[in-house]
Amino acid sequence: MKLTRMITIGIAAIGLSFAANAADLRVGLQSEPSSIDPHYHNLGPNNGFATHIFGALVGSDENQQHYPDLAVSWKPVDDTTWEFKLRQGVKWHDGSPFSADDVLFTVERAQNVPNSPSSFVTYLKGKTFSKIDDHTVHIKTEKPYPLMPNDMTTVKIISAKAGKGASTEDYNSGKAAIGTGPYKFVEWVPGDRIVLERNDDYFGAKAAFDKVTFKPIKSGPARISALLAGDVDFIDNVPPLDVARLKKDNSVQLSGGPSNRVIYLHMDQFREDSPHIKAKDGGAIKNPLMDVRVRKAISMSINRDAIVDRVMEGVAVKAGQLLPAGFHGVSDKMKPEAYDPKMAKKLMAEAGYPDGFKMVVHGPNDRYINDAKIAEALAQMLNRVGIDASVETMTKAVYFKRASRGGPDKSPEFSFMVLGWGAGSGEASSPLKALLHTYDKSKGLGAANRGRHTDAEVDTLIQKALATVDSDARGKLLAAATEKAVGENYGVIPLHYQVNTWAAKAGYKYLPRTDERTIVMGLSAN
Amino acid sequence: MTAFILRRSLQSIIVLLVMSLIVFVGVNLVGDPVDMLINPEADQFEIDRVIRELGLDRPVAEQYWYFMINAFQGDLGRSFVFGEPALKLIIQRMPATMELALFSLFIAISFGIPLGVYAGLKPTSKISRTIMASSILGFSMPTFWVGIILIMFFSVNLGWLPSTGRGDVATYFGITSSIFTLDGLSHLFLPAFNLALFKLSSVIRLARAGTREVILQDYIKFARAKGLGEGRIIRVHLLKNIMIPIVTVIGLEFGSLIAFSTVTETVFAWPGMGKLIIDAIYNLDRPIVVAYLMIIVLIFVTLNLIVDIMYSFLDPRVRIKGVS
Repeated sequence: MKLTRMITIGIAAIGLSFAANAADLRVGLQSEPSSIDPHYHNLGPNNGFATHIFGALVGSDENQQHYPDLAVSWKPVDDTTWEFKLRQGVKWHDGSPFSADDVLFTVERAQNVPNSPSSFVTYLKGKTFSKIDDHTVHIKTEKPYPLMPNDMTTVKIISAKAGKGASTEDYNSGKAAIGTGPYKFVEWVPGDRIVLERNDDYFGAKAAFDKVTFKPIKSGPARISALLAGDVDFIDNVPPLDVARLKKDNSVQLSGGPSNRVIYLHMDQFREDSPHIKAKDGGAIKNPLMDVRVRKAISMSINRDAIVDRVMEGVAVKAGQLLPAGFHGVSDKMKPEAYDPKMAKKLMAEAGYPDGFKMVVHGPNDRYINDAKIAEALAQMLNRVGIDASVETMTKAVYFKRASRGGPDKSPEFSFMVLGWGAGSGEASSPLKALLHTYDKSKGLGAANRGRHTDAEVDTLIQKALATVDSDARGKLLAAATEKAVGENYGVIPLHYQVNTWAAKAGYKYLPRTDERTIVMGLSAN
Repeated sequence: MTAFILRRSLQSIIVLLVMSLIVFVGVNLVGDPVDMLINPEADQFEIDRVIRELGLDRPVAEQYWYFMINAFQGDLGRSFVFGEPALKLIIQRMPATMELALFSLFIAISFGIPLGVYAGLKPTSKISRTIMASSILGFSMPTFWVGIILIMFFSVNLGWLPSTGRGDVATYFGITSSIFTLDGLSHLFLPAFNLALFKLSSVIRLARAGTREVILQDYIKFARAKGLGEGRIIRVHLLKNIMIPIVTVIGLEFGSLIAFSTVTETVFAWPGMGKLIIDAIYNLDRPIVVAYLMIIVLIFVTLNLIVDIMYSFLDPRVRIKGVS
């Protein structure tokens, strides 16, 4: 054993001489992007990563507020046309100039990437792009469309010259990975590392690091130990259990803040006979969740403070609506429901269920932070007001299929379920149109409405908001829709907003992002 | 020998076919990959488009039929997540896993056999008892936990070895591997030791049991009576005779080192096949799961064949049928 030790010491001594340059950064990522192609896979890890290399017309800052990126200004010129003025003098990583042709090329390609498992068509369809001059683009829609700037934050602009005929493989190899962002692509070894270097010609604030290496480290404890061992300088998704311990560690700087993701409950409101609800004696029962008083009683029986303090280790913020304060279209009247089991019991009795009923709480166990524990805590709280709740959690791969399409005729299977929603557009319209608008395939609305809540007034408000270009007026409509759908109807029950935590080595601080993305431009020396 | 190899190859093909059917049907029964792949904000049209594009709207039998047609042309399907051929992705990551498995096999043999033989020769000494007690620990401690402890101790507390990832690689003799650089070796040591621990323990126990048995044999006594040195007795008469069970176990276990490196690869973020398959299982990336399992079956079948052939070299009494 003496020999092994000597060998280890020897190896370690040599290892130390490889100490990294101070201007280099190594990042431990929980989720590796599945491609460098910015249009291949429309999903969080890819979209966040692409921001380093590629720009969009409109930027989205840490609070999902818009700022000029490749477009310097944008405004509606008539009811159905938006004008985007492009930035002058921008150079691609290969030195060629950026112009309106690149934007038009991007729009064409982003909708036609072969094998794309999730495309950008959602943000581009129904929009006609036209070049007015080299630095002006008009976007026409059939109806007034207020979310144009939001949509333009999602699609990364690629170079027409480098992207002509390029496949996803060409981006992954770096051949076509030519952007305008603050970092240039160097190499990607899948599963091992992605390397970027500073782009000295970037038009905005220069990148802080000469070289950035992203290392995918999926396991939470392994990511933390890599940071503590000094193998990486910065990690994302710190598990809540470790937050308290790391706070005391002077070699580590934590940063976190509420995200745009609300954890909420969907309740079956479309079946008289709900599959996972029974009378206490096991017999059939009319679905009590159809009664708004029962939904309100459930909301009152939930001790949100206890969930935040005990289940989430304090790393969450209790929720009263679908997005935290500060986002566009949230209501300033709505507060988190107060814990009131007595009133809950009274409401249950009024609704005709003085003795409660039997119900299964379904939830994932590997999708949201502490999701299975949340479901268990909920069941205990429901038991206290007489609802005989049992818990069934499962892996996300199985859960989401059953929650969305597991029942007969591809209807949602579960009666009562724990879910989460991140508002990608940073506006209340995102959860409202997906979760609370009536499920309507022809309009593409209510796509994630797994409780099939429906209310004509809410639908009208949402549709009106989606066609109101004036920002203030739209915000008011969205707030009104939320007040009606969540506050009065209890169409869904919000529990808490997730808080995401990043950790950097001492001396660096990360500006926490509400969109949960890990973007090194937000990391600075303090 | 040729007939033997031919017959075994034929059997292997049947095993592969049966496996492909079981695996394909199995993975298609679980969940829906669309929900793992798609942006939650996608509307109903986009969800339907992806289901069609991935061919998930077709019956499983039809999907299997197309899979088999393509498989015979060497195409095991495209990864849902990466959009690249599954086989390419697996082969891309194979060297990292192979190097990890081979290096841990090297650790298991080079420490396991001497320690085991020593424990067998001096069964009552304190050192032997310590070796045997430690080998029980090696068997019973979960790999995941040991991995984290190794990282905490050697990387976080002592700062001797890196905790994560693969180091620099270099190419010699047409092989690109991280064992040729010091940085690479320092990255390799902890995960390889973590993976080797279980094998190390079994090699120690096998070597000890073999030694205890062989040392009492008449030919050892005769060699001693003849006045041969202890070193020569161990090298020539003992080691050769305890090797058969060890080779069998090592051969078969090498397959499991490759197949079950998943845990170690996850803890140490080692960019090998194991990490790929774990991610693929979580994301329901069915083509990768199927292709990976087919490759693992192929590896096991080949290793079995090699072990059988090696027997005949190690023990002249073993004759392979078909050899005249």
